[in-house]
Amino acid sequence: MLLVLALGIGTLAGCGVWLLLRARTFDAVLGLTLLSYAVNLFIFAMGRVRVGAVPIVGDAKVHTLANTTDPLPQALVLTAIVISFAMTALLLAIALRARAETGSDHVDGSEARH
Amino acid sequence: MFGGHEIVAPIVLPLVAGALILLLEQARSRWVAAFSLGATLALLGLAIGLVRQADDGVVQAYLLGNWQAPWGIALALDRLAALMLLLTAAVALGALVYALGAEGGHGAAAPSGRSHFHSLFQFQLMGLNGAFLTADLFNLFVFFEVLLAASYGLLLHGATRARLSASVHYVVFNLTGSALFLIAVSLLYGVAGTLNMADLAQKLPLLAPENRRLAEAAALMLLVVFAVKAALLPLYFWLPDTYAAASAPVAALFAIMTKVGVYAIARSTTLTFGAPPLAGLATPALPVLALATLVLAAFGALAATRLRGLVAYLVVASAGTLLLAIGIGSAGTLGAGLFYLVNSTLVAAAWFLIAERIALARGGSDLLEPRALGHAPAGWAALGVAFFVAAVAVAGVPPLAGFFGKALLLQAAGQTPFAVWAVALVLGSSLAMMVALARAGSTLFWKGGVGGAGSAASVARAVPTAPSAAPQHMAIVALLAALLATTVAAGPLARYTADTAAQLLAREPYLRAVLDAQAVAPMFDVRKEMRERGEAQ
Repeated sequence: MLLVLALGIGTLAGCGVWLLLRARTFDAVLGLTLLSYAVNLFIFAMGRVRVGAVPIVGDAKVHTLANTTDPLPQALVLTAIVISFAMTALLLAIALRARAETGSDHVDGSEARH
Repeated sequence: MFGGHEIVAPIVLPLVAGALILLLEQARSRWVAAFSLGATLALLGLAIGLVRQADDGVVQAYLLGNWQAPWGIALALDRLAALMLLLTAAVALGALVYALGAEGGHGAAAPSGRSHFHSLFQFQLMGLNGAFLTADLFNLFVFFEVLLAASYGLLLHGATRARLSASVHYVVFNLTGSALFLIAVSLLYGVAGTLNMADLAQKLPLLAPENRRLAEAAALMLLVVFAVKAALLPLYFWLPDTYAAASAPVAALFAIMTKVGVYAIARSTTLTFGAPPLAGLATPALPVLALATLVLAAFGALAATRLRGLVAYLVVASAGTLLLAIGIGSAGTLGAGLFYLVNSTLVAAAWFLIAERIALARGGSDLLEPRALGHAPAGWAALGVAFFVAAVAVAGVPPLAGFFGKALLLQAAGQTPFAVWAVALVLGSSLAMMVALARAGSTLFWKGGVGGAGSAASVARAVPTAPSAAPQHMAIVALLAALLATTVAAGPLARYTADTAAQLLAREPYLRAVLDAQAVAPMFDVRKEMRERGEAQ
């Protein structure tokens, strides 16, 4: 479970960074999206992954982290998801506008001079 | 002032004002600008009140939602937060008044009008104020996003080609920074189980040794994120393009944006990571990088081909000087750095406005090359005076307060291991700035001449003077007057910043204020009512 999670985060982050470095606006958007997925999973993992534990109130158990899972990272992830979603939409709008104005999807607005 | 609620007011006021402005814009009201101006004026008044309130040296906490500190989000008002609030309001007022003038005019200089300038402006202020007040790391992230989201919108105003590609860079860079911020924050949560800055400051020294490296990594990652905002050496390359591309009032407001990064570094290195074993984690790297930033900024200023580019490098240089002060981190350098911060922010804001007026008077070009102007545009001499005053202030030459800031800093840095390098490079970069500014000034105002023959063709283009230039001149004069005021009141200001530094380094009052803040008895106890209803069933 932990290994799968760690590999998933690593793969997403790696792909995200690679795409981000490709200097095309669409690739950058995709890269940032993957990166934000990786970050969201990472926040989740930092609350300790527990299988089958309820977040806040369980039945007739003592309400400590031994019996429940930490609800705070889940709240943090929700916030992070909302923010990254909105920012991706904004970036897409800017990228489309830049594409329309400059006729190029290079992040500099024109192809690199060689 | 308002029974303790004045601490949250600097966040709520721009939020409500921004939302109302959206509605007013929808109704095509003529009162949008007046309302925006009124809200900013109210913010300035509020900030002055808060500075006076914080100056008694007591840190005040405000519990959002009435939840006690480590569980809920707390705001905290201390001298540093109050100072930053006041500075933000002052710069914002200058930028807004200038923008109102541009609104009456037309052409590329008009930043406002159709596209929600005023509401974005207010939301940006909300993000800035929130970032200065919050005592919670995740909340700091949220306010960073608020101010960044607003800044993306502001940057895109009257989008030109250069502005668009600069925007793409700026947004992508900052979104990557946000991802890093989140990783660092969640790492800290993973090892310490809290995100309250005061609580973290208490828990981090008690970490098990195996978690210490993780905490160090998180701390350094946070510093990288803040350094992106503050424009430290390997991370400042977004700044000159972005600031040079933004419209003048937006760039003036952005002068406070780099200071958010500086503030966050000052706050986190003194408070959250201020105790051993994390204390001094960045001490060797931060001053060295800050000095390198200074050197490169000096080269950038000397090589600038446009006035706006030159001004952007002045901002980078001031960030370098500030981070040097914070990086060394003694009480003396911190106090001197904060003193310099006030000056450098005001003067940077003034510079962006002056640069645009000069460009307009020269037919819309701010290229640093001789250009025959035909006859002197209206207010040319006044612009020259403004240029001179701002140049003196930014280069740190007596008699203006920029000089006091640098002198205090060098005096304080003289007792540290960085003495030689600090003195040599700060003075060297000041000299380079002076050369760059003198060259720019003589090119702009003297070469090419005024009233020369054969330049009739350029006359028509050279006198665009918008009918409503008065607010713009007023804004520039007001910012320069604020600079002069800090010079005249340098004594009290230096006393305040020295007290601020002492308060930052004392740490304990802040921790106690935030962690011991008691939830107030609520006016309507909703929870009690729910409990009783639950029991009745």
